[in-house]
Amino acid sequence: MSFLQHDVPLSWYLLLSAVLFSLGVIGFLIKRNLITVFMSIELMLNAVNLSFVAFAYQWHEVRGQIFVFFVMMVAAAEAAVGLAIIIAVFRARATLAVDRIDLMKL
Amino acid sequence: MNESTHLWLILLLPFAGFLLNGILGSRLPRRLVTVIAVLAPLASFVLVLSAFAASNISAATSCPGCGPVTALALPSVETLPYPWLVVGQIRVDFSLVLDQLSMVMLLVVTGVGFVIHVYSVGYMRDDPGYARYFSFLNLFLFFMTLLVLAGNILLMFVGWEGVGLASYLLIGFWFQRDSAANAGKKAFIVNRIGDFGFLIGIFLILATFGTLSFSKIAVLLAINPAWHASVLTVICLCLLFGAAGKSAQLPLYVWLPDAMEGPTPVSALIHAATMVTAGVYMIARTHLLFDRAPIALATVAIVGAVTALFAATIALAQNDIKRVLAYSTISQLGYMFLACGVAAYSAAIFHLVTHSFFKALLFLAAGSVIHALGGEQDLRKMGGLRTKLPVTFWTMTAAVFAIAGFFPFAGFFSKDAILYAAFLQGTGGKLLWFVGLVTALLTSLYMFRLWYLAFFGESRSPKTHPHESPWSMRGPLVILAILSVCGGWIGIERFSSYLAPAAAAHRPMPTGSPSLEFILSVAAVLVALEGWLIADKYYRRKRERPAQLAAALPTGYKLISNKYYVDEIYGAAIVKPLLAISKYVLGWVVDTAILGGIAWLLAGVASLTGMILQRWQSGNLRSYAAWLAAGAAAVLLFLLLTGSPHAWSISFFHAETIYKVHHITVTHIGQAGH
Repeated sequence: MSFLQHDVPLSWYLLLSAVLFSLGVIGFLIKRNLITVFMSIELMLNAVNLSFVAFAYQWHEVRGQIFVFFVMMVAAAEAAVGLAIIIAVFRARATLAVDRIDLMKL
Repeated sequence: MNESTHLWLILLLPFAGFLLNGILGSRLPRRLVTVIAVLAPLASFVLVLSAFAASNISAATSCPGCGPVTALALPSVETLPYPWLVVGQIRVDFSLVLDQLSMVMLLVVTGVGFVIHVYSVGYMRDDPGYARYFSFLNLFLFFMTLLVLAGNILLMFVGWEGVGLASYLLIGFWFQRDSAANAGKKAFIVNRIGDFGFLIGIFLILATFGTLSFSKIAVLLAINPAWHASVLTVICLCLLFGAAGKSAQLPLYVWLPDAMEGPTPVSALIHAATMVTAGVYMIARTHLLFDRAPIALATVAIVGAVTALFAATIALAQNDIKRVLAYSTISQLGYMFLACGVAAYSAAIFHLVTHSFFKALLFLAAGSVIHALGGEQDLRKMGGLRTKLPVTFWTMTAAVFAIAGFFPFAGFFSKDAILYAAFLQGTGGKLLWFVGLVTALLTSLYMFRLWYLAFFGESRSPKTHPHESPWSMRGPLVILAILSVCGGWIGIERFSSYLAPAAAAHRPMPTGSPSLEFILSVAAVLVALEGWLIADKYYRRKRERPAQLAAALPTGYKLISNKYYVDEIYGAAIVKPLLAISKYVLGWVVDTAILGGIAWLLAGVASLTGMILQRWQSGNLRSYAAWLAAGAAAVLLFLLLTGSPHAWSISFFHAETIYKVHHITVTHIGQAGH
C-alpha cells in the first residue's frame, strides 16, 4: 500500500490510463474487423477504470471504486449483447468488415 | 291564464318538436311524427290565443270551465334571471316581450303556421324525408317566434339568422336536385349580404345608445327629443338593408323566386306568410328610430314602391305558377315597405296579416294544383281545372279576389289603407300612391291571368284525370279562404287603435277625410276591375292576343320574361368579378404565388439543410467514431485553452463535492499526523 502511495505518483497511473485509452481509440478507428473494434472498446473502458481506481486511492474516496464495478458490469452486459449482435451480423452478411456494414446509410 | 304567461313555452314547444323529430324521427312511426309535428305549433297557437284573450280583459275575471283568469297587461316581459352577455357596460338579457305588435305577429305565425303544418301532412305524405321536413318546419317556427318575441335587437338577430337557416334547409330540402341546392345557397348568401347591413346597424345602435333593448332605446329616445336624423339615418339605412335582404326588396330580392325550389307548403309559410315579412316587422319594431330619420323613411317608401311595381311587371310574364306567386309576394312586400315608409306602420302590419292569409292560401292552392297534376308547375300546361278541383278552385278564387283588392275581401281593406296613407303624404306621397295604384292594376292582371290559365279553358295537361287533394290539404285551404274573405273586416281603424301602443308613429301624421278615403278606395277597386277585364279579354276570350302582343313588342316582352336580366346583371357585375378575383388574385397571386412560394422556400431550405447534413450520416461506423473522438478532443482542447484548473473541476464535479472531498482529506491527514 505504502509503496503505491509513495513510490509511484498519480500522474503515472493517469499517463498509463491515457495511453491505454488512446490505443483503444486508435484501434477503434483504424481496425476493420468488428471483433477488434469491440476489443478496442473494452480497452477504453478499462483505461478509464484504471484512472478511476487511481483517483479513488489518491483521494481516499470509495465512490471511484464503486464506479469501476458499475463499469465492469455494464461492460460485461455489453460484451454479451455486442457479441450476440456480431454473430447475428456475421450470419446475415457473412463478413465482419466494418466498412461493409453500412445499411444505415441514406 | 294564470300569473305568468309562459312565453318561453311558445318558443320551446316547436323546438321540442324539432329535437324529437330531428333526432328520433326516422325511427318513429309516421303517425307519431305527424302528431308531434302538428301538436307543437297547435300548442303554441293555443298559448298565444290564451295570452291574447287574457290581454283583452281588463281585470281578473272568471270564466265558466276555465277557473279564475288573470288579466295580462301588455307589454308583458319575461327575462331570464341571469344575463346572456355582459361586456363592460353592455348587458344583453334573454328577454321576451309580448306587446300588441308581437301579439299580432304571433297569432299569424303560429296560426298560419299550424294550418300549413296540417296541409303539409297531406302534401308531403309520400316523401322519404317526412320527419326531416317536419323537424325543419318546427325549427323554423321556433326561430320565428324567437324573432317576434325578442326583447332586444341581438336576440331578434338570433331569430333572424335562425329563420334564414331554416329557410336554407327547406329550400334545399330536395337537395338531390342541383337547382334546389343552388337555390338554397343563393338564398343564404343573399341574406348574408343583407344581414351585413343589419349587423352594422346593430353595432351603430350599440355605439349610439349603449343598449340593445328595445324598451331602453325607446326611453332614451323619449328623454332626448332633440335626437334627429344624422346617425339615426345611418342606423335606419343599415337596418333597411337588412330588412331588404330578408323581405326580398330591391336590390336583394333575387333569392326569393329561386326559393320556390322548396316544397310548396314551405313557400307558403316561409317565403310568403311569415319569414319574408320579418323585415317589415323589424322596421315596425324599430319604428321609433325610423320616425326620427325622415330620409331613411323616404328611402323605405321608395324602395317599397319601386319593388312593388318592378316585381309586378315581372310577374306578368312568368309561366311557372309558383314564380308568379313569388314575384307577387315581392310586390306585396313592397306595399308593406311603402306603408312603413309613410309611417303607416299599422297599415303595413295589417297588410302583412291579410297578405299572410291570402298568399299562404294562393301557395297552398297552387300546391294543390301541382299535387293534382303530378308535379307540373307550368301554367301553359294547366287549364280546365275548375271542374276537376272544385275546392281548390273556389278557395283560389277567394285568394285571387283578395289579393286583387276587391271589396269586401281582406286585401281590399289593407291595400286601401296603405294607398290612403301614402296619398296623404304630400306630393311625393301622391306619386307613391300612383305607383301603388298601377301596381294594383298589374296585381289584378297577373293574378287573373294565373286564374284563367290554370282553371279555365280546355286542359293542356297530359295527365287526364287530376284528382282533388286529401282533406288534410283541403281543410287548410278552406280555413285560409274564410280568413281571406273575412280577415279584413276588422278594419284599419280598430286594427291601428289596437296596435297604437306598440306601433303608432311618433311623428306628425296628416289627417284625411272619409270622403277622400271613399273616393280612393273606389278608384282602387275600379283599377282592380280593369285588371280583371284585361285578363279576361287576353286570357279567356282572345287567347292568341298575348302572343301577338309579345311579338309586337319583342324587346319589352323579352325584358320582362327574362326578369329584366337582373340575375344576369348581378352575375356579370358581382358574381363573375368575385369569382375572377377569387381565382386569379386570391387563387393564383396570393395562394399559389405568395403562400405557395413561402411554403416552397421553407421546404427548399429544409431539404437543402438535410442534403448537407446527411453527409454526416454516412452509415460508416468508423466515421461516426472519428467524429465522436474529434468532438471529445475538441471539448478537451476547449477546456484546456479557456478554463483554469478550477474550471476543470467544476466542469466534472459539483463545486461542493470538491470542497467536501478536500475537507475530508485534510482532516484525515490531520488525524494521521496525530
